[in-house]
Order: sequence, then C-alpha cells, then structure tokens
Amino acid sequence: MLDRSISDRLNILADAAKYDASCASSGTSKRNSRDGRGLGSTEGMGICHAYAPDGRCISLLKLLLTNHCIFDCHYCVNRKSSNVVRAKFTPREVVDLTLAFYRRNYIEGLFLSSGIIRSSDHTMEQLVEVARSLREDHQFRGYIHLKTIPEADPELQRQAGLWADRVSINVELPTSAGLERLAPDKKAPQIEGSMGSIRSAIEEAGDARKRFRNAPRFAPAGQSTQMIVGADGASDAQIVGKASTLYTSYALRRVYYSAFSPIPDASAVLPLKRPPLIREHRLYQSDWLMRFYGFAPHEVQQATDESGMLPLDIDPKLAWALRFRERFPVDLNRAPREMLLRVPGLGTKAVGAILAARRHRTLRLEDLARLTRSIAKLRPFVVTADWRPTQLLERADLRARLAPPAQQMELFA
Amino acid sequence: MSRAAPTPAFVTATIAAPDDFESWRDAARDLVRRGVPPGVVSWQDGESGGADLFGALSAPASAETVSGANETPVRASKAFVEQARLAILHRDPARLDLLYSLLWRLQDKPRLCEDPADPEVLALAALVKQVRRDIHKMRAFVRFRAVPSEPGSSDQPGSSEEADAHYVAWFEPEHRIERHNARFFVDRFASQRWSILTPRLSLHWDGEVLGEGPAARREDAPGEDATEDLWRGYYRSIFNPARLKVGAMVKEMPRRYWKNLPEAREIADLVAGAQRREAAMIASGADAFAAPVPQGLEEIAAGIGACTRCPIGCNGTRAVPGEGAAGARLMILGEQPGDNEEIAARPFVGPAGQLLDRHLREAGIDRERAYVTNATKHFKFTRQGKRRLHQNPTAHEIDTCRWWLDAERALVRPRLILALGASAGRALLGRTPALARERDALHRTGDGTALKLSVHPSYLLRLDGEARAREEARFAADLRAVAEALQAEMVSGIDPSTGSD
Ligand code: SF4
Repeated sequence: MLDRSISDRLNILADAAKYDASCASSGTSKRNSRDGRGLGSTEGMGICHAYAPDGRCISLLKLLLTNHCIFDCHYCVNRKSSNVVRAKFTPREVVDLTLAFYRRNYIEGLFLSSGIIRSSDHTMEQLVEVARSLREDHQFRGYIHLKTIPEADPELQRQAGLWADRVSINVELPTSAGLERLAPDKKAPQIEGSMGSIRSAIEEAGDARKRFRNAPRFAPAGQSTQMIVGADGASDAQIVGKASTLYTSYALRRVYYSAFSPIPDASAVLPLKRPPLIREHRLYQSDWLMRFYGFAPHEVQQATDESGMLPLDIDPKLAWALRFRERFPVDLNRAPREMLLRVPGLGTKAVGAILAARRHRTLRLEDLARLTRSIAKLRPFVVTADWRPTQLLERADLRARLAPPAQQMELFA
Repeated sequence: MSRAAPTPAFVTATIAAPDDFESWRDAARDLVRRGVPPGVVSWQDGESGGADLFGALSAPASAETVSGANETPVRASKAFVEQARLAILHRDPARLDLLYSLLWRLQDKPRLCEDPADPEVLALAALVKQVRRDIHKMRAFVRFRAVPSEPGSSDQPGSSEEADAHYVAWFEPEHRIERHNARFFVDRFASQRWSILTPRLSLHWDGEVLGEGPAARREDAPGEDATEDLWRGYYRSIFNPARLKVGAMVKEMPRRYWKNLPEAREIADLVAGAQRREAAMIASGADAFAAPVPQGLEEIAAGIGACTRCPIGCNGTRAVPGEGAAGARLMILGEQPGDNEEIAARPFVGPAGQLLDRHLREAGIDRERAYVTNATKHFKFTRQGKRRLHQNPTAHEIDTCRWWLDAERALVRPRLILALGASAGRALLGRTPALARERDALHRTGDGTALKLSVHPSYLLRLDGEARAREEARFAADLRAVAEALQAEMVSGIDPSTGSD
C-alpha cells in the first residue's frame, strides 16, 4: 500500500472515527504536571476545545488506528465489504500526533479505536501499546479513552484499563436480533461478557485503592457504550429498557446514542435517510430523566406511544406529565424535591434554586420568573402563593398548546 | 470628603487593579466599618481612569487609616466571598457597587446569599456565570503555536524539538481572567515553555517561574505553525455533514472567538458544502429505495434492463431476468449471469447450467417448475483479448441488487430456496455464509422460507479427478435433500396461506 502522508491518513482515520458519539473527557481522577516531568492535566470536568458545525464537541483526538477490518457490520463505514479508502497508523505515529495536538492545547487527550486487523488480539495489543507509550515513555497525564475489542484476550483488556481513563465497548444495536442481522460477526453475549469483566476490574481496583493508596488505578473514568439508533427496528421503549439494563448490570457511566447517519458506500440493507437526530435527542433526554430526575425505566417507557416510541414534538418529561395529569399541579412552596423534578420545564438547577429560595420566602409567580427560563410552560403544572391553574390540566388541547409550533419538525421534511 | 462624619455625603474608593480582589476587600471592609452606605460610594477600579495597571499599589482612596475603629467585625459568608472573587473579574464597572451593596446587606442578613430569588443575589450569580464561562473558554480556546528553540530544526510532530519549543498563544478574553487562569496552564503545561499574550497583559512560564509582562499585540505572537494544518484537517474530517447544527456550534463557540481559532477558518466552507455533500451521499444510494416495489415479474425484467444502481449495470451488458412462474415452490438462486447467459438473456444456460440441469434431473427436480434467478442481474467481467472473464460481484453490489431479488421473492413466494454459492447465500442472509460449515443443515430465512445452501456448479467445473467426483457426490446429496424437503412439505402442506397445490 502507498505510504500516504500523515495528513492524508489522519483525515481518513478521523473521518472513520466520527460516527462514534462519545467525546467525554470528564469524571476521571485529578492529575497535573506541576512536577515538571510530565505533560498534561485532568480536572473533574473535561474541556471541549472546539465545536464542529455539527454542534458536537471536540474534546479528544478521536481516531482509528486503522480502518482495515476483517468484520462486515452493515452499519459500519469500515466494514470489510465497504469501498472506502483504507489507511493505518503505527502506534508511534498516534502517540506523536496526540502529543503535538495536546501541547498546542487543541485537545484533552486521545480516544482511540480501531478496525480489526489480523486478529482481535493483535489489534488490541497495538491499542494498548499506544496508551502505554503515552503514559510511560512520555509521562502523558491527559485523558485516554480506549475502545476495547470484546473478542480480545482478557489480559489485554486489563492492560487497557491500567493505562486508560475510560474503556468502552459498543453494544452497537439495542436488540440481539438487530445485532445478528447487521453485525453478523459480533455476538451480544461476548460484548456483554467483556463489559462484565471490566466492571469487576474497575470495582476491584476501587476496593484495592481504599486499602492501599498506591494500588494501580483501573479506568478511573469508568466504562461507557454506544447504541446506534434507527438502523434496526428497535422501539424507544426497547432502547430505554436496554440502556437501563446496561447501566445496572455493568455500572456504565454513560450510554451514548448515535443516530444512524448515511455513510458513504452504505450497505444496501440499511435505511438511507437523514439521521433521526430528534429521536436521538429525545433518547438522551430520557437518559437524563433516569440519571438525574429520579425516573424509573418503566416510567420513561410510560411516556411512549402504542408503538413504543417517544413523541418527537415534545420532550419525554412533558409527555409523561400529560399522561399522568392527576399528579399535578405541584405546589412549589411545599412539594418535595422528587415531585419538583417531575414538573415539565423545571431543570435540576431550577429545582435547587426553588428549594433554596423557599426557605427565605413564599414563592410567587414573579419569583419563579426569576428562577426559571420561562413560566409559560410551567403554569399549567404548578401552584404558587398567587397562582393555581384552573381546569388547565383538564383541557384536551393542553398538549397542542405546549408543543412547539410544527415548523421545528422540518428536519423530517 | 468623608472625614469623621458617621454618614459621609460622598466617598470615592479606588482599588489597585480591576481584578484585585484583596484590594477591594480591604477597601470595602473599611467602608462598612465606617458605616458608609452603598449609595454614597463611587468605586474606581484603576482602569477606568486610564491609570497604569501595573503602577504601584495605591492604598484605598478612603485614605485615612481606621486605627482602632473596628468596633464591629465585618462579616461575609463563604459563598459570597467565593462568588465575589470571580465577579470582580467581570468587565462591568457596576460590579463593584453590586458587591458592596451585597456586603452591606449581609451584615444584617447573613444568609442573604442563600436566597437565589433576591434580585441582587441573582445579579451576582449572573456575573459569576459569565466570568466562569469566560474562564472555561480561555482554557478551551487558547491555541499555542510552537517556536522551535533552534530555527530550522525538524517540524515532525513528536520529535524532541517539540518538547523544547516555546509555545506562544495570542488570546483575547472577554473579562479580566488572565491571572486567575494562569494556574491552570501551569498545571497542564509545566514541562514546556509557554507564553499567553493578551491585550491587557502577558503571562510567561519558563518551566519554573510564572512571570507577567505588559500588554501585547497580535503581531507579537508567531504567525504560523505547521501542525495547525494537521489540526484543521482533523477538524474537517471529524465533522459529520449529515448532522449540520450550526446553531449548537455557535452557542458553544461564539463568533467572537473565531478570529483566533485556526480551525474556525474551515467553518464557512464546511457549512456551505455540507448540505450538498449530504444530498449527494443520500442520492448515491437512495434511488435504490425511491422506486415503488415492482408488482409483477415482467416489471422486474423491464426494471433491471434499465438499472444502473450498481456499477455492473453500467458496463453495457444486458440484464438477465429470472425464469419461471410466480407461485413456484422452489427458487434456485445463482450468483450472476455469465457469458452465455448474457447472450441468451436466460439464467443457467452455459456449462454450469448444463451441469446443474443434469443434477436436478438425477435428483428428480423439475427445473421447469422452479423459478431460476441470480443474485445480481448483470454480468460482471474483465476482458482478456476477445474473451470475457467472469468476475465476482462485490458484497456491495450483491447487497444493492438484493432489492430486485427481494421483489422477486415477494412475488414468487417460494417454499424453499436453493442458494448456489456464497454470493447467493449473501443475497439471502445479508452476510457471506461459510458454505463448508453451513451447507448441511436446512435453514430458515427471516420470513420463514426454507433455505438450502450449496456450492455453485461452476465450482465443480473447476475441479477434476477425485476431488471432482467427491464434490459432485456431495452436490448431488444436497439436491436430494432439497427434493426430499419439497416432498415433505407437499405432503404436510405446511403453508396454510396457499393451501396444497
Ligand atoms: S447488477 Fe443488479 S443492482 Fe447492479 S445494475 Fe444490475 S440489476 Fe442493478
């Protein structure tokens, strides 16, 4: 193969990596290089160093080591049968690029993944080598996220966790039937088996560090996964159910959703249409409901329609509230935190502010107006000292009044 | 001015530098102690009067020392002090009045800052939020350019020159956050020499000591760095044109920062090209799905004749339609038409077809009553002299042509499909099967049709001697299994929708 320049290969291998939604560089242990011997630091919150015109944050150098692949997954631009241009980096080249970008403050670190070349073990060895070299040879203290390969030797997965802040394996599709059809070379039990062993390794390392301060860290930023939305027939209810199982079974930090987007040289098995971005957004909102708003998975599922889909025109919290109107209105001066969190239009910050403010005063609508972005949406659902909705909640057209005007749907045109 | 009056008419208070919290605190404490209410204090932050920023620290202008006057200690909650340290960095000249007013009220209402609905508390929170955001954006958007320690040395990323270079950035913050942010850059880049130049001051780290210099100009920073080209290339590549969301980008990366971000030069181009690229991407594959599904076999025969959805259709050959009746119980699926088939416009008529016919007869299968077709409908070949040499279709071509096959299957509705060769298997399973392992069993496709996988007869033609005999026997056995399966289905009549026929 031609030895393409670094820049050509960077473009090919970044292009191939862009379908992975994860970009987070948060939640790892705090480090710095004040000692003057290393390079880099991490804080609780990662930094988005740039934003692409797709609105996504660029925090890590997101790369594939190679886009050659012996697998043939339909949704993947790198599948064996795809006609894309192929390229490959050596571990050394990835290390040098990461350092060069980091020194100029372009990035927080590296997110490295790879197509499978020769064998899963061989590929995984190379990924691990990149992380090892960054940490050992260059004392790199920035963020490293490695996408591990479920079929690879568990020992290699362990090493990945020693060097990386976060490891991930993508479940790819919400149903095993979908996986079987679209990723014939991948096996759901193997993927989840690997997630299980990573979970144990993370927990063991955590326990050990409680006893010995010098015990090695293992993926301090935990593990995450990604599900592709819209490539198979899974409903939102199924996806939400799957995500909650993943959160509980494998203690994942994050489940990312990626709207299936048309890829160059797409497999003919797949739908070719605009990626379902609004659907993806609604799924993220449902994820937040479960992680920060105290919704149980079945409650999110209650917000879906007969076919198990979340409404696209309104957010899932509003959909839930409209379905369970008997739980409203909520008295903002008295209701417990859990109930405040259920009010459509009230975010966690606003709920915090309401709780703090009501210790000092009895809340009226004007107070609410200062603490939240807009009270128009809130009115039907809340009671304040000077406001109580009358019949609003019973109105049949409440949904229509709260849903945004239809032109916001133009993405689907 | 103020003298010893308990409530002076007017007081001017000046702080040493606009971001000097300690100096403000000293002055404010002093004023509270003397009982000077917020309304009568005029705050000067040392910059508004054009005073020299780095001039000597002037004592608070409320000059007299308050010797022994601290009858009542001045108190402020921790939350207030934390917020005030940040709020003072804001450009708004009114921030000092707000801070003083809050401090004044705190003396009577120590928990004032816990009430987020108080208008002044709210205003403070708003200032803090904007300052925090600016602090964060500076950490995000500073872009260093490397100045090699020895001119002319290699510009290879990762070389040791990289570690020795001096990294210089030009940055224009919105608020006065430079000094506050210095610690962050020291923590992160302690092992490299760096400078951050701004219109207000410059920060320099030599590897051991943080120094401060005077205001700088953009021209003082280096004009280029070869690595920036790689970075801009990366920025272009990581962008997904199918997800254009310019609003979301601008919200997080406001335009005012663009002029100092090398990657921002790409934005206009990327946005303009995005809709075009996406439309092209969809169009290149989407037409396979745009047409209505054909309602008859003749329609398919006509359709494939004009089909150019995959490159094979553009090579000038004739498409070869399937042969047989809708309602046939057996579908025989090959890979693609060959030389003879293309000429005759009929499937399986060349040497491979003849071999197949013989085996079908021996197994007792009537080809006339089966529906015979191929995974791809056009003949793919390379030319060698006068001869046209068969070439395997790619997986993508098979997957594309599957749209036609699916239409045929929907019309013919066979009970059993005999797939000859791996390409035929792929057209039915969506993956390339391992024939050696999978040919023995009888499979079911997604819609419940029975499926038998076997080799393509042209494979047998390429063998000879013992291998040929062995493989032919195996092929014959596969066909017998097909015959038996059909027989069994006829007897049991497992398909309730069509009844027995
Ligand atoms: S081989 Fe199939 S998909 Fe390709 S042009 Fe011919 S009919 Fe169309």
